[in-house]
Amino acid sequence: MIAAYLLLLIPVVGMAVLSWVNDSHLAGRINMRFNGLALLASLWLAVDVLLEGPILSNSQMLYIDSFNVYLIALTAFVGLTTSIFSGPYMAHEQELGKVGKKRLRLYYTMYQGFMLAMYLVLTTNNMGVMWVAMEGATLATVLLVSLYRTPESVEAAWKYFILCGVGIAQALFGTVLLYFAAEQVHGIQDNALLWTVLHEHASALNPGVMSIAFVFLLVGYGTKIGLVPLHNWLPDAHSEGPTPMSAILSGLLLNDALYAVVRCKMLVDGSLGNHEAGNLMMGFGMLSFLVAVLFLHRQTDIKRLFSYSSIEHMGLMTFAFGIGSPWATFAALFHMTTHSLTKSAIFVTVGYASQLAKTQRIEKIRGLLHTQPAIGWGLLIGTVAIAGFPPFGVFASEFLVLIATMHDYPWLTPLLLLGIGIAFAGLFRKIQPMVFGDIPKGQLPIRANMLPVMIHLGIVLLLGLSIPVFLGNWFNQATHLISGKFPL
Amino acid sequence: MEITQLSHYQQAILLLAALIALTSFLMLGQSRLLRLVFIFAVQGILLSITTALAADVLDSPHLYISALLTLSLKGIFIPIMLQRLVINMGLHRDMETLKNPARIMMAGTGLMVFSYYVCLPIIKLSPLITLNTIAISMAVVLLGMLLMITRRQAVAHVVGFMSIENGLFFAAVVSTYGMPMVVELGIAFDVLVAAVLFGVFFFHIRSSIDSLDVDQLNRLSEVEK
Repeated sequence: MIAAYLLLLIPVVGMAVLSWVNDSHLAGRINMRFNGLALLASLWLAVDVLLEGPILSNSQMLYIDSFNVYLIALTAFVGLTTSIFSGPYMAHEQELGKVGKKRLRLYYTMYQGFMLAMYLVLTTNNMGVMWVAMEGATLATVLLVSLYRTPESVEAAWKYFILCGVGIAQALFGTVLLYFAAEQVHGIQDNALLWTVLHEHASALNPGVMSIAFVFLLVGYGTKIGLVPLHNWLPDAHSEGPTPMSAILSGLLLNDALYAVVRCKMLVDGSLGNHEAGNLMMGFGMLSFLVAVLFLHRQTDIKRLFSYSSIEHMGLMTFAFGIGSPWATFAALFHMTTHSLTKSAIFVTVGYASQLAKTQRIEKIRGLLHTQPAIGWGLLIGTVAIAGFPPFGVFASEFLVLIATMHDYPWLTPLLLLGIGIAFAGLFRKIQPMVFGDIPKGQLPIRANMLPVMIHLGIVLLLGLSIPVFLGNWFNQATHLISGKFPL
Repeated sequence: MEITQLSHYQQAILLLAALIALTSFLMLGQSRLLRLVFIFAVQGILLSITTALAADVLDSPHLYISALLTLSLKGIFIPIMLQRLVINMGLHRDMETLKNPARIMMAGTGLMVFSYYVCLPIIKLSPLITLNTIAISMAVVLLGMLLMITRRQAVAHVVGFMSIENGLFFAAVVSTYGMPMVVELGIAFDVLVAAVLFGVFFFHIRSSIDSLDVDQLNRLSEVEK
């Protein structure tokens, strides 16, 4: 349990320390250390859960089971590798004169603030606190989206703020209704917002209220997942903010919002006893998936391109969680991991690529492979992985989703296959000239640390070849928690 | 159920609910920013009165803290901040022409009916009063959204946003006698930070597009220009 408190304490201390550090190189290193410490704490927590099973803190405020513990470890890991990349990257941006010292200080403080919000969303047992933390994540990142203060970035940040703010307010309404439903049940008045209590009494919760609550919760948290038609903020925020921000938004925030929805779904399923929540999620997921793959073809900005790819994958995961069978749930959990690792690796590479080419416009980025093979290969392999090619992990998880769909909803499989095909074409049409084209005049290699990318893609490759026993165990148990059955 | 059968507390809550809904409609039709902010403050004060009333009648002291928080944030701090921003930026003389005010009002009425319709399943669960209050709070949320859709001024958007939060608070206070303290403090903190950030954003937006008309924030789109 100490590990969980440590995990929440480390970013708080990190925020306090970093708000005083002016030197950007130093701040980058400190940020990295704090994220390293958080990773250690999360691994400690993971070992705890592995040995002892679910942990509930004495005050009942924190609850860690096999579903969130792997997401915590994943969050800490992506947070660390992104911070390794972010230090030199932001120092370079400062040299270019894009950001000043004060704003860099804000950046690093809010980086830790965002990590704090993410850990809080994942560890808390209280649905209300989960909402507060989710809103906190928006507030922490909104000024980072507009970090460069260009008109475009201010616009993106405003859109992000308003859309996510209004969206997440719906989730609060859902939470109020949840509380309302829980208060009607005898014996849980005092702890009526605690997830463990709600889950225990799920069958006694009023189905009518719960189904209204779920619609609001899904729309609210769904805005943060980037589900169509609530996705408009996502490509803008990703493309105009600093690249490390895009990496953690795509790799962490979207996952954690989906986590919140799935937690709610577990309650609603217990109350309703039918597939209504699942159907809603399947519908939204499928729509997001199909719309995003079509939009991939229209993009002219490299970061927008990959943010649409994020929407596509989040849609796929929502869809898979919506199916709700053990196989589909397992696949969705697995896909959360592989997507988050791959996508953050891609955003890191894209950050270097756009620094190299001095632009984010796809048509101006050319000849990466010749100028700097590491970046070119990184982008190519990352894209191969995200498009779902074997032997990478994304292939394995997408394949599992397909199998699960084939089993329960065979008539939807062609749509999924078609979507994956269109996405593949869209990505490669854009990536191929960027990687292989002729070098534009005056394009020179830059200092780039490709280690985080290689680690991420290496893990994704390993996951595609075989899932380690402990991870498989977690997935199995989490699947059991969510769908009520073991997949095997 | 007849209204006379209700207790005085319930009647008072119904009255307050009606007044809060009325302020939402007033905001919808108000084209001057300063008055918009004023009505928003009135709504915040009504909300804190509701909370204090609930605290008194239901004998739950933690709601007093909540009432105080609401009063100081929604009734005083945020309106004053917005008012000063509006005056400092010289926006108080501008009048925003509302296109089709009648149609907007009709849409608002429609949303109200819709809210009652959606909340019907709850009627089976608890007395008349809860249906009314939950339906009205949902209507306030939706009317806040409508306000945001129909306006172009960033300040009006913030007022709409905050009025959505008012609706949520009202639901929490009346239907469930407030959320647990931790959650309420957390929400109040979020609202405070959001209000400050909005203030910061006004300056960013103005320095980037030289006005606060968010219709001019149109550089990012899917269509190539």
